Amino acid sequence: MTAVPHEEEAPVRGMWRQGLEVFVENRLALVGVGLFVVLAIFSFLGPLVYRTDQVHTDLAKVFLLPGTEGHPLGTDGVGYDQLGRLMLGGQTSIVVGLAAGLLATVVGTVWGAIAGFAGGWLDAVMMRVVDAMMSIPALFLFMLMASIVTPTVPMLILIIGAFAWLGPARLVRGEALTLRTREYVMAMRGMGGTGGRAVRRHIIPNAIGTVIVNATFQVADAILYVAYLSFLGLGVPPPAANWGGMLSDGLSDTFSGHWWLLYPPGIAIILIVLAFNFIGDGLRDVFEVRLRRR
Amino acid sequence: MEAANQPLLRLRDLSTDIALRRGTVHALDQVNLQVGQGETLGIVGESGSGKTMTVLSIMGLLPTGGHVVGGEILFDGRDLRGLEDKELRRVRGVEMGMVFQDPLTSLNPTLRIGAQVAEPLRVHQGVSKAEARERAIEILRRVGMPRPDKIVDDYPHQLSGGMRQRVVIAMALIRSPRLLIADEPTTALDVTTQRQILELIDDLREEFRMAVILVTHDLGVIAGRADRVAVMYAGRVVETATTAELFRSPRHRYTEALMRALPESAQPDSDGAGRLYSIPGLPPDLSRPLTGCRFAPRCQFATDECRTTDVGLTPDGSGTGHEFACLHPVTGPVTIAAASPSVRTASEVSDPLLTVRDLVKEYDAGGTGVRRTAGRVSAVAGVSFEVGPGETLGIVGESGCGKSTVGRIVAGLEAPTGGRIVLDGADLATLDRGARHRMHRQVQLMFQDSYAAMNPRMRIDSILTEPLEIQQVGDAGARRARVSELLDQVGLPRRALERYPHEFSGGQLQRIGLARSLALSPRLIVADEPVSALDVSVQAQVLNLMRDLQRDLGLSYVFISHDLSVVDYMADRIGVMYLGKLVEVGPAHQVVRAPRHPYTQALLDAVPTPDPGHAPSPDTTIRGELPSALNPPTGCRFRTRCPLAQDICATEPLLQGATHQVACHFPLREEPPAS
Repeated sequence: MTAVPHEEEAPVRGMWRQGLEVFVENRLALVGVGLFVVLAIFSFLGPLVYRTDQVHTDLAKVFLLPGTEGHPLGTDGVGYDQLGRLMLGGQTSIVVGLAAGLLATVVGTVWGAIAGFAGGWLDAVMMRVVDAMMSIPALFLFMLMASIVTPTVPMLILIIGAFAWLGPARLVRGEALTLRTREYVMAMRGMGGTGGRAVRRHIIPNAIGTVIVNATFQVADAILYVAYLSFLGLGVPPPAANWGGMLSDGLSDTFSGHWWLLYPPGIAIILIVLAFNFIGDGLRDVFEVRLRRR
Repeated sequence: MEAANQPLLRLRDLSTDIALRRGTVHALDQVNLQVGQGETLGIVGESGSGKTMTVLSIMGLLPTGGHVVGGEILFDGRDLRGLEDKELRRVRGVEMGMVFQDPLTSLNPTLRIGAQVAEPLRVHQGVSKAEARERAIEILRRVGMPRPDKIVDDYPHQLSGGMRQRVVIAMALIRSPRLLIADEPTTALDVTTQRQILELIDDLREEFRMAVILVTHDLGVIAGRADRVAVMYAGRVVETATTAELFRSPRHRYTEALMRALPESAQPDSDGAGRLYSIPGLPPDLSRPLTGCRFAPRCQFATDECRTTDVGLTPDGSGTGHEFACLHPVTGPVTIAAASPSVRTASEVSDPLLTVRDLVKEYDAGGTGVRRTAGRVSAVAGVSFEVGPGETLGIVGESGCGKSTVGRIVAGLEAPTGGRIVLDGADLATLDRGARHRMHRQVQLMFQDSYAAMNPRMRIDSILTEPLEIQQVGDAGARRARVSELLDQVGLPRRALERYPHEFSGGQLQRIGLARSLALSPRLIVADEPVSALDVSVQAQVLNLMRDLQRDLGLSYVFISHDLSVVDYMADRIGVMYLGKLVEVGPAHQVVRAPRHPYTQALLDAVPTPDPGHAPSPDTTIRGELPSALNPPTGCRFRTRCPLAQDICATEPLLQGATHQVACHFPLREEPPAS
């Protein structure tokens, strides 16, 4: 009477392995990973190979055309090599994007989880704080903050992180509310388990999928926020650079025909944001499919 | 029965594929069926047999990736596969009607009942709003809806499950279709409601002279309602015959096995307990190429010939249209429900393991914020019972009667509003924290849907170890040993430990759920509808296992179910609940065969029996709806629907009697003298 599982021949595969298989099936997700890797290598390893002076301005060499000797992408209005500047700007954008996205996710997850598990008045108070902050336009707040404090890289991370956590907080709170009533949590209580165990063993592991997927979108958003702020002139001051700031500078040259100052940073921003969105989509597949009975 | 007529619908070699991520599932393989005007065809089979895919193919409602790949769907002589889109929509929209399983999800919650019922008229016939409303009221009246002129302006959430299903039927009928397809129309409903709906479909078929296809997993439903039956297995029709013929002498081995697996046909064995026949193994994976008879791997009569030759439907030669696809058919008649009432030796109630006294549970109803005075829902109102060591107490009742609440309170998941629960001599209310924590070692819960009750991100080994960890039993090594032992007990291979819940079938998950309940060696298991989600053959495996473990480990069960035949098979004693009250308690065979409470009698009569000759007595049908638990009737709570009710019933009847107790002023029978 021993029931034999009919997927007998299927080897026992770990959850990560199965997840990886599903991720790999999503072509766009692979493209996203590829894009990110290429952009990261370009920004962080590129300067080791392609050395340029990004500190001293050289007014003798302003607005050189792409293809000029020693400057494949030309130079900008103060004589910085555009290709080298793109690499330097990428470093800031990627670092700030990743760090701010991560910060927002962690803060938001903890806040939302506590509100969701606790429920009652604590939940009400915590979520009203989120609602209140959400009702203020984020860009307005960024501008206010950025004009009060000097925007350095850590400061940018803090500013963006401090406002981007509202989304994940709401998301995780909703997740915690539904997970709390799942039958496996009830089964665990029937064994005499406590609330702490429910949170550790059942609720967080099941919410983590949503959190990770959301984190990738948070990173993409943070990169965009950096771009917005820099575009508005509230970014990291020169000689530091980032793609948003370069785009902003380039825009003033739109009608001078200096296209090489406008398109490369713009395309770079589009590519990195796309990359993170593709990765997020792929991860979403992974976390959904794995739960499906197949 | 007008099988001689030109059939209205005829499927010829219908094959349907469904493309999935993992490959193509051949859901239907050369299905041949027909149904004539005014005839009811029953399609019966287990989950995955293709019965639903057959009707979805007819209606053109296949899921994403599904398409008909071969054969013909002849409706009134025309092949639907050859029709152009517009005409096809008209045929499917006007001449066919479909009733789905879940009446809640088949109605749009944002539309008024009238608008939904009349929608087909507005779409296909361009009827005016006022006229559509008139027609909707008329058809609602026809399907037995009380106050149709009022209901027509209601929203779905204001109606009960049975009422919603009537609305769905009305929707299907408003175009006067020639073919009505009902896919598990009563599976989500209670037995008393089920009976009303099935009778309604029967009446309407005669009135409209429709052809009806009734798809169900329940042999009992088929037996009472269908003219002809097709039995499906693994995407094929394996046997088709008139209902009487099929139940009298099934020929295919699968049909026979299905009937023998019913709890009604339990054969008493040496210790009087009775075992159910269970079909070993699982249905085949339809995404792989299959040769030979698809049932052969699970069939005890299979020979090499069965595994290699493709067996088609062949007539049995009697000329009654009985066809089957089996090389070694059954020759003798098969009997269901012939087993003598298996009187289980009622253990002397020594010291009860569990004593429940005047248990009360009330919930605050709705009322948010300022208006907290909305009232209280009385879920359980003064229930008392005992469970002895090694005994099974069955609790039956319809949804909303409070049986699950009783189970959850006994398992310590909820605190009662009033009353006492004494477990093994200790009153649960007086326990301190530590003792309360340890109490969970004594009582464990088994769930209806084990998949939902297991964390999908935990492997089976973590799932089975969890209770031991929580109760801090043994060290890591001891826990591993215990888990292996548990797997052996429930008959699963050790390899299962490394897998995740979604990799198992329903029956296997139920075994794992049982193993987890057993991990702490409890003395009492509260099983809440443990087999309701399972197919008949798998249900038999799980029930047998539960009985075996009870015998080996001396367990007590509180077995909660809506299915009387299952409870009759499992329980020593049965308690019948109605609207939060226990109306009857007694030895299982007495409650089922000589009920004393009118409600029990009505419940028993409503259960469809897999015996075509059995005609339910019409006078015991309960009409009307379950009253709200928010303001339950005073006195006997059943009196609003009871055929015997009189003025005295407004005073509360007490549970009276020695072993077979009943709470009724006019019990149907006197208590038989104690033997």
